Amino acid sequence: MSVLHLAILLPLLAAPFIPFLFRALKRIHTGWFVLIVPVVLFVYFFRFIGITSAGDVVTETVEWMPSLGINFTAYVDGLGLLFALLITGIGALVVLYSIYYLNKDKESLGHFYVYLLLFMGAMLGVVLSDNMVVMYMFWELTSISSFLLIGYWYEKERSRYGARKSMLITVFGGLSMLGGIVILESIVGSFSIRDMVANQAVIADSPFFIAAMILILLGAFTKSAQFPFHIWLPDAMEAPTPVSAYLHSATMVKAGLYLVARMSPVFQESPIWLWTIAAVGTFTLFWGSFNAVKQTDLKGILAFSTVSQLGLIMSLLGLGAAALHYDGMDDNIYMVATIAAIFHLINHATFKGSLFMMVGIVDHETGTRDIRKLGGLMTVMPITFTIAVIGSLSMAGLPPFNGFLSKEMFLKATTKVFSMDFFALDTIGILIPVVAFIASVFTFIYSLIIFTRTFMGKAQFDRLPKQPHEAPIGMLIPPAILAILVVVLGFVPNVLSNSLIKPAVESIYPTLVASGQEVKVDIYFWHGLTPELFMTIGVILLGTLMFYTINKWMGIYNRIPHRLTLNGMYDGSLVWSNKAAYRFKDNYMTGFIRSYLVYIFLFLSGMMLFSMYWFDLFNFSFGEMEPVAPYEYVLGAVIILAALAITFMRSRLPSIILLGVVGYSVALFFVFFNAPDLALTQLVIETVSVALFLLVFYHMPEISKKEVRVKFKIENAIVSIIVGVTVMLLSFMALSNRSLSSISEYYKENVYDLAAGKNMVNVVLVDFRGFDTLFEIVVLAIAAIGIYTMIKFRTTERTKGAREHEPKK
Amino acid sequence: MEIFVSIIIGVLTMSAVYMILSKSLLRIIIGTGLLSHAAHLLVLTMGGLKTGAAPVLVDGVTEYTDPLPQALVLTAIVISFGVTAFFLVLAYRAYQELNTDNIEEMKGTESND
Repeated sequence: MSVLHLAILLPLLAAPFIPFLFRALKRIHTGWFVLIVPVVLFVYFFRFIGITSAGDVVTETVEWMPSLGINFTAYVDGLGLLFALLITGIGALVVLYSIYYLNKDKESLGHFYVYLLLFMGAMLGVVLSDNMVVMYMFWELTSISSFLLIGYWYEKERSRYGARKSMLITVFGGLSMLGGIVILESIVGSFSIRDMVANQAVIADSPFFIAAMILILLGAFTKSAQFPFHIWLPDAMEAPTPVSAYLHSATMVKAGLYLVARMSPVFQESPIWLWTIAAVGTFTLFWGSFNAVKQTDLKGILAFSTVSQLGLIMSLLGLGAAALHYDGMDDNIYMVATIAAIFHLINHATFKGSLFMMVGIVDHETGTRDIRKLGGLMTVMPITFTIAVIGSLSMAGLPPFNGFLSKEMFLKATTKVFSMDFFALDTIGILIPVVAFIASVFTFIYSLIIFTRTFMGKAQFDRLPKQPHEAPIGMLIPPAILAILVVVLGFVPNVLSNSLIKPAVESIYPTLVASGQEVKVDIYFWHGLTPELFMTIGVILLGTLMFYTINKWMGIYNRIPHRLTLNGMYDGSLVWSNKAAYRFKDNYMTGFIRSYLVYIFLFLSGMMLFSMYWFDLFNFSFGEMEPVAPYEYVLGAVIILAALAITFMRSRLPSIILLGVVGYSVALFFVFFNAPDLALTQLVIETVSVALFLLVFYHMPEISKKEVRVKFKIENAIVSIIVGVTVMLLSFMALSNRSLSSISEYYKENVYDLAAGKNMVNVVLVDFRGFDTLFEIVVLAIAAIGIYTMIKFRTTERTKGAREHEPKK
Repeated sequence: MEIFVSIIIGVLTMSAVYMILSKSLLRIIIGTGLLSHAAHLLVLTMGGLKTGAAPVLVDGVTEYTDPLPQALVLTAIVISFGVTAFFLVLAYRAYQELNTDNIEEMKGTESND
C-alpha cells in the first residue's frame, strides 16, 4: 500500500469520521473538516505535474485478487493527473462553497459530506486505476454516490424521481461497460488498460471488436449524458447546487469523456469509433443547446448547457482520432481536435463551475431560480453579476475569455473535416461543422439569457420570496476564483500547455508519441482571418439577432407532444415494465402452496430424468437378485393397495387406518430385510403416530368435499405419476450402477474391537456416528418445544372470535 | 426383490405426492407420512437387500446386511416422527385459530387477482 493508494482512498477513509464530527462538534460547520481532504490531495497531486510533464508515469500496485488478474494498480499519467487535479481542485472550492450554502442547523450535513467524500474517492479511483475491473467498481460507486446526492432532499418527489432516473440510466451504462471489459479481457487476457493499449492490434482483429467498443461507449455515453441518455442530467438538478456544480458539471459527467479518451488508443483506428463519437457528440451539442434556450429554470439552462458542452468535447475526442491517419506529417494539425478537447474540458470546469455557484447564490439570496420572476439584480448583487457575465461570455465563446480559445479550436477542428478524404468525412461529414455552427448560435443565445434575464431588465423584487442582497463573502470566493481563472486562462492559456494539456494528449496518442512525433500545444488569440474566426463572427451576429427576436420563434418548442419526447418514453417504459413484471409475477406466484409444490416436484423430476438421460443411465442391468417369497408379494400388494386407497378416501378415520396399514407393513418389510432394529423402531413409532393422528383428528373437521373439480384432480394425478415413476427409475438406476463397494466393511470389522458391541446398527448410531444421534435428539427436542408452545401459549385478543367456534372438548 | 420393492416405492411416492397436492391439511400430513415411508424403503433398497444375515455379530457368520443404510433409516424414522407430530399439532392449532383446514382459505388476506 503506497502513499498514492492512500491518497486515492483518503476521502473514503475520512468519510466514516464525518457523522461523528457532525454530532460532536455542533458549533463548527462540518464542511471545514471536510475541506482538509481535497486541499491536501490537491497539493499532493500538484507535485506530480513535474513527473508527467516530463513524459513519465507513476505506477504503484497493490495485489488484490492476483489469481483473477484483478489488482489495484494506481497509474498516474497526464490524463489521469489532469482529472485528479480537477476533482480535488474543484472539490475544494465546492466544499468551501457548501459551507455557506448549507445551513449547519437545518441540514443533515453528516450524510451530505459522507456522500460527497464517497464520490471524491470513487472519482479519483476511476481516473487513476489501470485495472479495468477496479475502475468499474469505482465507476459504479460514483453512480451510487450521485444517486444519494441527487436524492439528498429525499422528502421531495422530484428529488427521488431524478435520483432514480440517474441511477437507472448510469447503472445500465455501467453494466454494459462491464460487458465490454469482460470481452476485452477475453481477447487480451488482462484487465490492465496498458496491456490493452499494447495489444491494440490483437483487439482490432478480433470479431468482438465492434461489440466491445459499443458496450464501452454505452458506459461513456450514459455517464456523460450524451443523446439519447442525456435525460437524467436535467432531473439531477434537484441535488443541492454545490453537488450540481461538482458532480453534474465539473467531474462525474466527465468520467465518460475520460473513458473515451482513455480507451481511444485501443479503438481509435476504427472509422466506427470516429463516426459514432463525432456524430453522437455533435448531435448532443446541438440538442442540448437547442433545449437550453427554452428552459425557465436557471439550473435547467445550465443542465442542458452542460449536456451540450459535453457533446462538444465528445465530438472533439471523436474527431481527434483522425490524427492517427496522418501520422506522416511533421506538424499533425489533426491533433488540434484532441488538444481542444482537453483544453475545453478544463475551461468548461472553470466557467460552468462558476456559473453553477452563481445560480446557487441567486437561488440562496432570492429564493427562486425562475428567470420569469428574476431580473434587475445587477444593482444589488454586483459581484455575482460580474461572475455571471464572465462565465456566460466565456461559455458563449467570446474573447478575451478561455471559452473563446477552446471554442475557436473546436470550430477549427470541425472545419478540418473538409480536408479529410477518408471514412466519407468529406461528403456527409460536412454536416459536422454545419451542426456545430447552429449549436454555437443557440449556445450564444442561452448564455445571454442567463445573465440578462437574471441581472438586467426590470426589477420585480416584490415577486421574489426573499428580499435580495449580496451573498456572504465565503460564498463568493469559490466562484470568484473560478471566474478569475476564466480570465487568466484566456490571456495566458499556455501556462497549461506543457504542464497539463500536452501530457494528457500524449496519453491519448501513445502510438504517435512512440513514433517520435511531438505534440505541439501552443494556444494564442490571433490566428489571422481564418474560417473559424468568420464562424465566430457569424455566431455572434446571428445569435444577437435571434436573441432579440426570441418571442417570434419560441413556438417551435411546443411542437413535440410529451408522449414522443425521450422523457415521455422513459416514464412510459417504467410504467410498462412495472406492469409487465407484475403480470409475469402473478402468473406463477399464485399464492397457493399447491402451485409451488407442483413447480418443485416437476423441477425435481425434470432434473433427475434429464441427468439420467444426459449421463446415459437408462440401460438398467440388475444382475442377480433375491427371489421374492409369496408372502412378500402379498404384503407388497397390501402396501400398494392401501397407498392407492388412501387417495380415494374422503373421511378421516379410514385414511388414518390405511396409513397405519402401510406403516405396519413397512415394519414387516424391515423384518424381511434383516433389519430387526428398524422393524422394532417402526412398530413403536407407527403406534405412537396413529395414536397421535387419532387424537388430533378427533378435533379436526371432516376432509373437505370441496375438491371435486376434475381438472384439478387430473393435474395432481399427472404430477404424482411423473414423480412416482421418476423415483422408481431412480431406484432402478441406483441398483444397476453400484460400482463402489460399501464403506460399511470398516464397521463390520471394528464394531466389536473398538466399541465392544455386537449390534452394528446400534453401535453405529451411538458410537461411530454418536454426534448424528445427539443432533437427532436435539431436533426432537426442538419439535417438542415447538409443540408445547403451540399448545400452551395461544391466546391473543384477535383470535378470541375464532375460538368461539372451536369444537367442544 | 429389489425391483418389486422399487415398484412399491414408486406407488408410495405417487400416492404421497397426490395427497400433498390436495387442499386439505389432513391429507397433506398423511401424504408426508407416506413420503417418508417411501424414502426409507428407497434408502434401504439402494444399499442392496438381504445380502447377508442381520447386522448383529454372531460367531461363524461372515456375511452381514449393510448396517449403514439401516442406521441412516433408523435416524430418519425418528426424525420423520418428530416432523409429523409437529405438523399435526400445527394443523390442529391452525384449525382452532382459523376455523378451517383448507390451505387455500388459510392464505393471507392479500387479494390475488
